[in-house]
Amino acid sequence: MDKREEILRISGVDVRKCMRCGKCSGTCPNYDEMEYHPHQFVYMVETGNIEPLMNSKSIYKCLSCFACADRCPRGVEPAKVVEAVRLAVIRQKGQNHLKASQVPDVLDEDIPQQAFVSAFRKYSK
Amino acid sequence: MQVNENKEFRPLIVAFCCNWCSYAGADLAGTNRMNYPADVKIIRVPCSCRVNPMFILRAFQRGADGVIMCGCHPGDCHYTSGNYFARRRMTLLFSMLDFLGIEKERTRVEWVSAAEGAKFAATMNEFVETVTKLGENKRLEDLRCKKQ
Amino acid sequence: MHRIGVFVCHCGTNIAGTVDVKAVAEALGKEPGVVSSVEYQYMCSEAGQTLIKDAIKNLKLTGVVICSCSPRMHETTFRRTAAAAGINPYMVEIANIREQCSWIHKDKATATEKAIILGRTAIAKVTLNTPLTSMESPVTKRALVIGGGIAGIQTALDIAEAGFEVDIVEKNSTIGGKMTQIDKTFPTLDCAACILTPKMVDCAQNEKINIYSYSEVESVSGFVGNFTAKIKKKARYVDAAKCTGCGVCTEKCPMKNVPNEFNLGMNNRRAIYIPFAQAVPKVATIDADYCNMLKKGKCGVCAKVCTAGAIDYKQQDEYVEREYGAIVAATGYNPISLENYDEFAYSQSKDVITSLEFERLTNAAGPTSGQLLRPSDGQHPHTIVFVQCVGSRDTSGCGKPYCSKICCMYTAKHAMLTRDKYPDTDVYVFYIDVRTPGKNFDEFYRRAVEEYGVHYIKGMVGKVSPRADGKLMVQASDLIANEQLHIEADLVVLAAAIEPDKSARSVATMLTASMDTNDFFTEAHPKLRPVESPTAGVFLSGVCQGPKDIPETVAQASACAAKVIGLLAKDKLTCNPCVAHSNENLCNGCSACEKVCPYGAITYSDKEFRMPDRTVAIRRVALVNPAVCQGCGACTVACPSGAMDLFGFSNKQIMAEVDAICK
Repeated sequence: MDKREEILRISGVDVRKCMRCGKCSGTCPNYDEMEYHPHQFVYMVETGNIEPLMNSKSIYKCLSCFACADRCPRGVEPAKVVEAVRLAVIRQKGQNHLKASQVPDVLDEDIPQQAFVSAFRKYSK
Repeated sequence: MQVNENKEFRPLIVAFCCNWCSYAGADLAGTNRMNYPADVKIIRVPCSCRVNPMFILRAFQRGADGVIMCGCHPGDCHYTSGNYFARRRMTLLFSMLDFLGIEKERTRVEWVSAAEGAKFAATMNEFVETVTKLGENKRLEDLRCKKQ
Repeated sequence: MHRIGVFVCHCGTNIAGTVDVKAVAEALGKEPGVVSSVEYQYMCSEAGQTLIKDAIKNLKLTGVVICSCSPRMHETTFRRTAAAAGINPYMVEIANIREQCSWIHKDKATATEKAIILGRTAIAKVTLNTPLTSMESPVTKRALVIGGGIAGIQTALDIAEAGFEVDIVEKNSTIGGKMTQIDKTFPTLDCAACILTPKMVDCAQNEKINIYSYSEVESVSGFVGNFTAKIKKKARYVDAAKCTGCGVCTEKCPMKNVPNEFNLGMNNRRAIYIPFAQAVPKVATIDADYCNMLKKGKCGVCAKVCTAGAIDYKQQDEYVEREYGAIVAATGYNPISLENYDEFAYSQSKDVITSLEFERLTNAAGPTSGQLLRPSDGQHPHTIVFVQCVGSRDTSGCGKPYCSKICCMYTAKHAMLTRDKYPDTDVYVFYIDVRTPGKNFDEFYRRAVEEYGVHYIKGMVGKVSPRADGKLMVQASDLIANEQLHIEADLVVLAAAIEPDKSARSVATMLTASMDTNDFFTEAHPKLRPVESPTAGVFLSGVCQGPKDIPETVAQASACAAKVIGLLAKDKLTCNPCVAHSNENLCNGCSACEKVCPYGAITYSDKEFRMPDRTVAIRRVALVNPAVCQGCGACTVACPSGAMDLFGFSNKQIMAEVDAICK
C-alpha cells in the first residue's frame, strides 16, 4: 500500500481539514526537540512526502501528550498522524527498537510503569 | 442489427421541472438552440417538492419508460427548503421502485439552475440514452392503458 | 361542459420553421372539449390578442390554450387578454412549443408530434382549471424594528424618512447597541460615538419613530401587512416621562459595586444607572438585582434626591399590543464566551482580554479614561500580543465554524492605534489568514505593518501562561520561520468570534423566520433577496443575518428599509391565488403539513362537524392562510390523507398532464 494511504488509514485523520493555523506547533511542549513539527507532519503527509518523516527522530520525540489534538480548531489531531508515522516505521521488518528481553537492563526503579507501557507502544511492534 | 432495433424504440420520458430553476433552465437550453431528444416531455410544477410520488407512479403505470425530476440546486430553492423534501422523498421512492423492478437508471433527480441550459440539455441527452439502452419499461404498466 | 379554444402561434418562423402549425391546430381541434383551434402569425401581438378576445366572446369559451413560447415569457400577457375578454385569467394554459419544442428539434415530423402532445397536455390541464381570484389584504402602515443597534437605527431612520411610523424595540435601557462600546472605526479611524450619537438623537427626535427601550417583543401573530406584536415594557422603576436624565440619583445611590456591563465589568456602576452620557432615551434605570429598596425595602435614596419625582418602586412590567405591516429583525451579535479556550488563560488572568474589552480600555469614556493600562496593575503594557481567530473557523465544536469577518480589521486597527499612541510598545499579531476584502481595507492593514511596525506573524498562539511576576508567557508558532516563539507579554488581546444574540432564536420562532445552524437568520435568497426573510413581511438587518462590519450593516439596513417602504407604500397586497388549501372533510389533523411549511402558513383549529348520525363532532383541522402561503406545494405531498391541494397545480391537473403525455 502507498505510504500516504497507510498512514491515513492507521491514523484515521483527514489531513485535508487542516487550515494551516499552526496552533498545534504553537501548543507543542517538545517543539524544539523535533526536527519536523506537528504542522509539518500534517502538511507532509498531505503532500505525500513521508520518507523524511519516517527517517526522522522526531517521531520518537513526540511526547504523545495530545495537546495538539486537543487544541486543533479543525479537529485534525496531528498527534495521531505522528503516531501513525511511528507505527508505519515499526511495522517494517526489523524496526523493533525495544524487545521484552531488553527490559531488565534498562529497568530503573524510579521510572513509572506507565512510561514502560508507553515505551513499548512507541518502540516495538 | 442492435442499432436498428434501438432506433425503432423511442422511450417516453416524463420530466418534472420546477418553475424557478429547471423550467427556466430548459427554456435557456431552447433559447441557445441546444438539442435534446423530443422524447422528453416537461411538466411544470411550482417547486420540486410539489412532485407527489403518485405522479411518478402514474407515469410508469401509463407507460412511461423513464421519469426525471429537476429542481433548484440544494440551498437555492425559491421556497428555501422544498428541494430538500423532494430529495428525501425521491430517494425513498426510487429505492422502492428499484425493488419493484423499475431499474434505478429509469429514475433520476438532477439539480439544474436557470443558468444551466447546457447542463439541462446534456442531462436529457444522457438520460434518454440510458433509458433507450434499458428498453421498454414493462413493470407497473397498466395494460388497459396501453397504446394500441 | 367545457368550451376550449386553442390558439397556435407561428412566432414568425421561430415555431412555424420546425413545427407544422397547421397540423397542430388541426389535431388539437379534434380533442374533446375543444370548440375552436386556430393558428396565427404572432399571438402576442395586438392583432393576435384581439383574435383571442373575439374568440372568447363569440364562441363563449370557458378555457384557453395557447401554444406559443414559454409561459415564463407571456403567461401574464395572455392572462390579461383573457381577463379583458371577460373570463377568469387563470383559465389560460400555455403549451411551450417554442423553447421546449421548435428550438431544440430539427426534424419537422418529430417536432410537430411533440407539439401536439404538449398542446394536448395543456388542454387536459385547462379542463381541470378552476377560476381563481387573487385575494387582497390591507397593509398596516407601521413597521416594527426589533433591536436598536446601528442596524435597527438606520433602518428605522430610513423608514421614517419615507413617512411611515416605526417602533424600535430595544432590550437594553438605551439604543445604540455594540457600536456605542466601540472606540474608533476602521478604516477611517473616526470615533464611533461621534458618528453614532447624532443618529441616536435623530431617532429620539423623529416624530415618526417611537422607541420602546428596556422592552422585549413577547409574541407576534398575523402575517405580512397585518402583524400584531405584544411588547413587554420591563419595569425600570423610573417614570420615563418624568425623568430628566440629570444623573443625580446615579451619583447618590449607595450601591457602588455593581459590575458595569457597558464597560464589560471592568469597572462598577450604581444600582440605579444611565449606561453612558449620550444614552437615548436618557432615562435612569434601577437594577432590581442590586437595589436595596427593591430587595430589602430599605434605602430610598434615589427617590429622595430626585427632584422630578420620577422614581417609582412599585412600577410593574407593562404590555403594549400594536399592529404592524412589516417587521425587521435587527437583533445583532455578541462575542462568544471563551470558557472553551482555557489555553489562553482568559479566566486566569485579568490581563488577557477580549477585543471588545480592549475597545473599552482605549475609549475616553471607558474605565481607564482612554489610557491603555493593564487591568491587573494599572501599568502601561510594553508588549502586547493579539491573537486572531479565537473561536472562529473552529470546527472542533469549541467555537464557531464560520469566519467572524470583522476581527482582521479591528485587530489591525487596535495594533495601529496602540503603536501610534505608545510607540514604545511591541505589538505582535498572530494570524492564520489576514482577510481584508473591502474598500481601503487592505491598504489599512498594510499601513499597520509598513508604517506602524506591527509584527504580523503567520501562526497561532498555543498557550498563554500567567507568571507569578505578572507577565504572560505566550507560546506560539511562527510558521514561516518554522520556529516556536516564547514571548513575555504584558497584555494579550483575544479576537473572540462573534455569534448571534441569544434572543435571536426566540425572535425567529415568533416570526416563523428560518435560521441556519449557527442561529443566523436565513435570507429569502442568498444572492438576490439578501435582506428579506423567506417569511413574507419579515426583513433582516445587520449581523443577525451574518457577520458584517459597520459600513456593510448600514448598507444592509438601508436596503432593508427600502424593502419595508416598498411594502408599506402599498395600500393592499395582492396575493398569488395559486396557494394551498385543505379539504377539511379529509383532514385528519396530523400536522404533517404544518411541519413542512417553510412559511408557517398553516395553522390548526378545532372545528365542529355534523356527523351522519346528527351528532356534532369537534375535529382538529388544518387551515391555510392564503396571504402567507407562497404556493410551493410541499404540504400537498406531505399530507397523508390527500386533504391538501394546490390551486393552479392540483393533484388532478398534474395527473391529467401525466396521462396526456403518456397517452
